[in-house]
Amino acid sequence: MTALVVPVVEPRARFRDLVGSEWLKLWSLRSTGWSLLLGALAVMAFNVGTAWDHYRYWFAYDEASRASFVADGLALGDAFTGNAAMVLILCSAATGAVAMVGEYGSGQVRTSFAAVPARGQLISAKALVLAGVQAGFGVVVAGGSFWVSQAVLSLRGVGVSLGHPGAVRLVVASALLAPVCALAGMALGALVRRGAAAVVGAVVLLLFLPMVLSEERWLTAVLGHATPFRAWQRLAGEGMATPFPWTTGGAWLVYGGWAVGAVVVAVLTVRRRDQ
Amino acid sequence: MIEVRELTKRYGATTAVDGLTFTVRPGRVTGFLGPNGAGKSTTLRMVLGLHAPTSGAVTVDGRRFADRPRGLRHVGALLDAADVHGGRTARAHLAVLARSNRIPVARVDAVLEEVGLGAAARRRIGGFSLGMRQRLGIAGALLGDPPVLLFDEPLNGLDPEGVRWVRELFGRLAGEGRTVFVSSHLMSEMEHTADDLVVVGRGRLIAEESLAEFAARGARPSVAVGTPDPGVLAPLLLASGAEVVSEEGRLTVTGLSAARIGELAAEHRVVLDQLTTRRASLEEAFMELTAESADYTAGGAR
Repeated sequence: MTALVVPVVEPRARFRDLVGSEWLKLWSLRSTGWSLLLGALAVMAFNVGTAWDHYRYWFAYDEASRASFVADGLALGDAFTGNAAMVLILCSAATGAVAMVGEYGSGQVRTSFAAVPARGQLISAKALVLAGVQAGFGVVVAGGSFWVSQAVLSLRGVGVSLGHPGAVRLVVASALLAPVCALAGMALGALVRRGAAAVVGAVVLLLFLPMVLSEERWLTAVLGHATPFRAWQRLAGEGMATPFPWTTGGAWLVYGGWAVGAVVVAVLTVRRRDQ
Repeated sequence: MIEVRELTKRYGATTAVDGLTFTVRPGRVTGFLGPNGAGKSTTLRMVLGLHAPTSGAVTVDGRRFADRPRGLRHVGALLDAADVHGGRTARAHLAVLARSNRIPVARVDAVLEEVGLGAAARRRIGGFSLGMRQRLGIAGALLGDPPVLLFDEPLNGLDPEGVRWVRELFGRLAGEGRTVFVSSHLMSEMEHTADDLVVVGRGRLIAEESLAEFAARGARPSVAVGTPDPGVLAPLLLASGAEVVSEEGRLTVTGLSAARIGELAAEHRVVLDQLTTRRASLEEAFMELTAESADYTAGGAR
């Protein structure tokens, strides 16, 4: 039998097509927009709520407390509270985990890898899109929280502007906490491939560990500093006094380390495993 | 062209695929047959580089599929109709695939029309029937207009019209010079679809030949003989070198033609009330060939 030749004409493979594809993939799910919206509202509610509380019960503070509120820069603390940071960590890590688990749970991953055998590239593109969207989410949430909370406090004349020392660092650190934790969630999702397990893993790793690691001993202090939440606390100027002080540069490094490490873990796991 | 060479896959102590070697040629529809658990799906996953072989190799048009940066223009595959995220619409699902491989989005609408999902393009896949998902999977396989197509059990869940359409589609794709490799565990599905067959059992190759050759292999005809005097006729047939199985007054004879049996009966004045030649069906040939290697058989030993 004479076979006709079916010619394969293929344009050069580009990374940006994978990024475009992952972008489409993300936004073609109805849940994406909703979960970002609800997450943003939840995080901002914690910050604005705290500022509102200070505004509403301002009369309960005496002169000395009011003076120290201003002197100690507590207004800035309302711009992004520790509780809000924990909610943000949970939202972002879960989003990251779902980005991977959604593929595995449905078997979509086989369809995806049959279309793009360069798995490492595909996962890198997914990580890039996730980090980009989460960074945008973080900027909106952190910026929005800062603006609304300080507007509320301004009603008592104690709000601060972005020119306030540490204000920009707080907003940037809070915004970047979202992509860092989303990438960590994605790596966990790639490792365990089960939604519930990945989210539990993220809670343990990103929320529970930083709470139980003590500042009192060198080893646990260093391990604690290596978690994104404690790095955020350092950058936000929050948290208790420590016998083992560290620099903000170190805290930024922790952010970067988690982001890079998470992508490496996700790429390596996915490349090595049978799908 | 798909070339499978000494392909072996072990999962722990289980050997799913055991030294498979075969070639799937272009311009033909090749059926990939075997009972459940024979290693068909594992083999297809190795073709696509989703699973790494323990040893051996498989190439598609001379190259390992996993080494290609993008796949859709080289191999179109439908492994499992369930391998999709139910939250996307059919169109979005295909648009995502197309974008990753730099395939123009116009092609998405074209393949949706081709598989008859044009009207359902903007519905969520989660609400699709199995038959619709099969059609969507076939649309995905066609997206890159590839020279090699793989389908794992594509007829599952399709209605008779759908089955007919798929058969015609496979024939047409092969007629265009493409390699079409279709797995099934039912011979009846392949009988009117495949030109060539690759038959496996327990991960090993059992047969690799054309459908016609396969049919001839299992075609040892038997003759059903009805007579009021089986006690007289049976010894005569045995004496002439036939094998005879007697059951409720009816004899099943192999090794003698109907004409010869008729002659013998006439010579010895035995009355016959039935004389029918039966050719073994392809299904029987397949069952016979794979009986020893079927992993899961009902009713114990046979």
